[in-house]
Amino acid sequence: MDAKSLVSLKCNECGRIKEISGGCKAKKRLLELGLYNNASVKVVKNDFGPLILDLSGNKLALGRGLASHVKVEN
Amino acid sequence: MNTIALVGNPNSGKTTLFNALTGSNQHIGNWPGVTVEKKEGKFKYKDKQYNVVDLPGTYSLGAYSEDEVVARDYILKGNPDVVINVVDATNIERNLYLTTQLIEMGTKVVIALNMMDEAKQKNFEIDLDKLSKELGVPVVPTVASKSRGLDSLIEKAIEYAAESENPKIEFSFGDDIDKEIEGIQAILDNSSLEYPSKWIAIKLLEGDQEIFRLIENKGPASIKERLVFLEEKATEYELEIVDKRYEFIGKIVNKAIKKPLEIEETRTDKIDKIITHKYLGLPIFALIMFGIFQLTFVIGGDLLGGYVATFIEIIGEQVVGLLTMIKAPEWLLSFLSEGIFGGVGAVFEFIPLITVLYFFIGILEDTGYMARAAYVMDGLMRTLGLHGKTFISMIVGFGCNVPGIMSTRTLDNKKDRMIALLINPFMSCGARLPIYLVFIAAFFPKHGGIVLFSLYALGIVVALLIGKIFSKTLFKGESSDFIMELPPYRLPIFKYVVRDMWDKVWDFLHRAGTIIFIVVSLLWILSVLPFGVEPYSQESILGRIGTILAPIFVPAGFGTWQATVSLFAGIAAKEAVVAILGMVYAGVSEGSQLVTALQGVFTPLTALSFMVMTLLYTPCAAVLATVKQETKSNKWMIFMAVYPFVIGWIGAVLVYQVGRLLGF
Repeated sequence: MDAKSLVSLKCNECGRIKEISGGCKAKKRLLELGLYNNASVKVVKNDFGPLILDLSGNKLALGRGLASHVKVEN
Repeated sequence: MNTIALVGNPNSGKTTLFNALTGSNQHIGNWPGVTVEKKEGKFKYKDKQYNVVDLPGTYSLGAYSEDEVVARDYILKGNPDVVINVVDATNIERNLYLTTQLIEMGTKVVIALNMMDEAKQKNFEIDLDKLSKELGVPVVPTVASKSRGLDSLIEKAIEYAAESENPKIEFSFGDDIDKEIEGIQAILDNSSLEYPSKWIAIKLLEGDQEIFRLIENKGPASIKERLVFLEEKATEYELEIVDKRYEFIGKIVNKAIKKPLEIEETRTDKIDKIITHKYLGLPIFALIMFGIFQLTFVIGGDLLGGYVATFIEIIGEQVVGLLTMIKAPEWLLSFLSEGIFGGVGAVFEFIPLITVLYFFIGILEDTGYMARAAYVMDGLMRTLGLHGKTFISMIVGFGCNVPGIMSTRTLDNKKDRMIALLINPFMSCGARLPIYLVFIAAFFPKHGGIVLFSLYALGIVVALLIGKIFSKTLFKGESSDFIMELPPYRLPIFKYVVRDMWDKVWDFLHRAGTIIFIVVSLLWILSVLPFGVEPYSQESILGRIGTILAPIFVPAGFGTWQATVSLFAGIAAKEAVVAILGMVYAGVSEGSQLVTALQGVFTPLTALSFMVMTLLYTPCAAVLATVKQETKSNKWMIFMAVYPFVIGWIGAVLVYQVGRLLGF
């Protein structure tokens, strides 16, 4: 299955983190905040402003710019 | 053994645990400007006294933000006997990431597996023995908010700290990295650096800038030669190291924890649907803020404020009466009645208000709403070139700008942080509240809430505008992306909100008793010198200084020497403005209240321009000291002293001149 960007997921859609492209500093931070390889993620809100993600029960707000670098698989 | 350090992720319940441990019998060294970075408390267990140090909540122990550096430096250099790592049981994987780094440091770690009640509610099955065995450290289940499991936690921590050796799990980063670590370690082992050599080796391979700097300055030559090579290696290994840590955690979690597959919609999800709603989010936020100011005014001002004023007045009269009876010297009577009761007393009258405001800000912080406020504000902030988190530091600034500025540490981009720091003083702090209240009582008694809210709102608007200007001029470049955890909503624990509030009020009292007392005494002396002049007259030294400077404020409508002196005294501490007004005007209009005195010399319009000036002008000395400490630069401190003064002056002049044109 093709990996797609986190921003393309709709509300309540789930996926697994596959890859994070982009600047290294933010990349490390994202990993440290729980967006590590294969972590399961659910999009709780994706309409306006930062996305809200659910990472095994933990809510994380993520700016759209960053979220577009996060690739997920369904 | 006597020192325990608490570390953990933000929102893991670490501070609640700290509060529960230290109970009512604590001393909190949390004076703004001294150490907001770590809280210290004490508790007694089985007749022995222990110190607890609450370190800032962090996700990692790298050098990503200043908080992380503070936490790791304390663990490695502060020599705590044992570290209690507070882990949120409902969010184990991510919380254990910090734990792996504590283990790498070689410190003695005891895990407080907190929020076990919530984990149970979510039907998590956690095998504590297995978890402890796999991690190689003791694990104690706790529910800090209900003070459960604390005794066993303390018992375990004490027992573990006393053990001579600590069996640790050595985990592997994979052959390549392990070999590299060993190589660096071998070079470093004989050097006298203040950190463990293995830890330094890992940090170098993670590309940790702080540690690179340390090696550049103090490392042995043999490793300095390799720094360029290591920097290259780090780009390759940095993320792999993170992955390996998670791999290690993943294995443990698989063995020790069973989670239900389906996660139900929680209360937090339901509330968030409304609070973070596309259209409702901002209005709800505005409503909450407005409600807080209204309530502060009604409860703290109308209901409670009067009692304190009457109380101080009665005490003042009694003391002066008593001293007159025993024929105390005239100057002492004047010092007490005008200097102390008129000046410092005027400050004390506002304690109920400040208390109520602190209480509400505490509730906002503890419920988890603050993170949502940053979230809903991010869109608006971003159009201004600012980061959403800036807004949290601004709200914290409503209480006091010192913690407000400290809280900008959570902004990891230098540009975002400097802007947030520089605009924070436009957030009207608790100490400025008394000034508005005196003037509101004198000129706008029926519209107190509206005037107050408008002033606070003006502060926000100015802060945002200046922020926008800074982001286009002084600090160009992209604002960093928004990443923030939205913690679950929790009912605040009343006891702790009150305790926190009391700490802040105590700090206010402390300042009233020291700095403001000194400023007031000094100005009192200046007001009665040279000998023979009428006290508080224009001929006194105070009056003469004020008269020289007063023309600056003529365009703003309050070019009197009294107003001028009070404003400059306010740079020492904002509370002094009211104290000085109390002194100089109580002197002018004998015995009458400050409010009536002000009605005689100000008009509603000049009162307004004076309030705008006090809202915006130079922040107090404590803030300036904090700016110096946080930016490590005199230049920024001076900038912080000068530019708000100019803006305040422009604001006050605008209000007065436009008001006059409109016929007020």
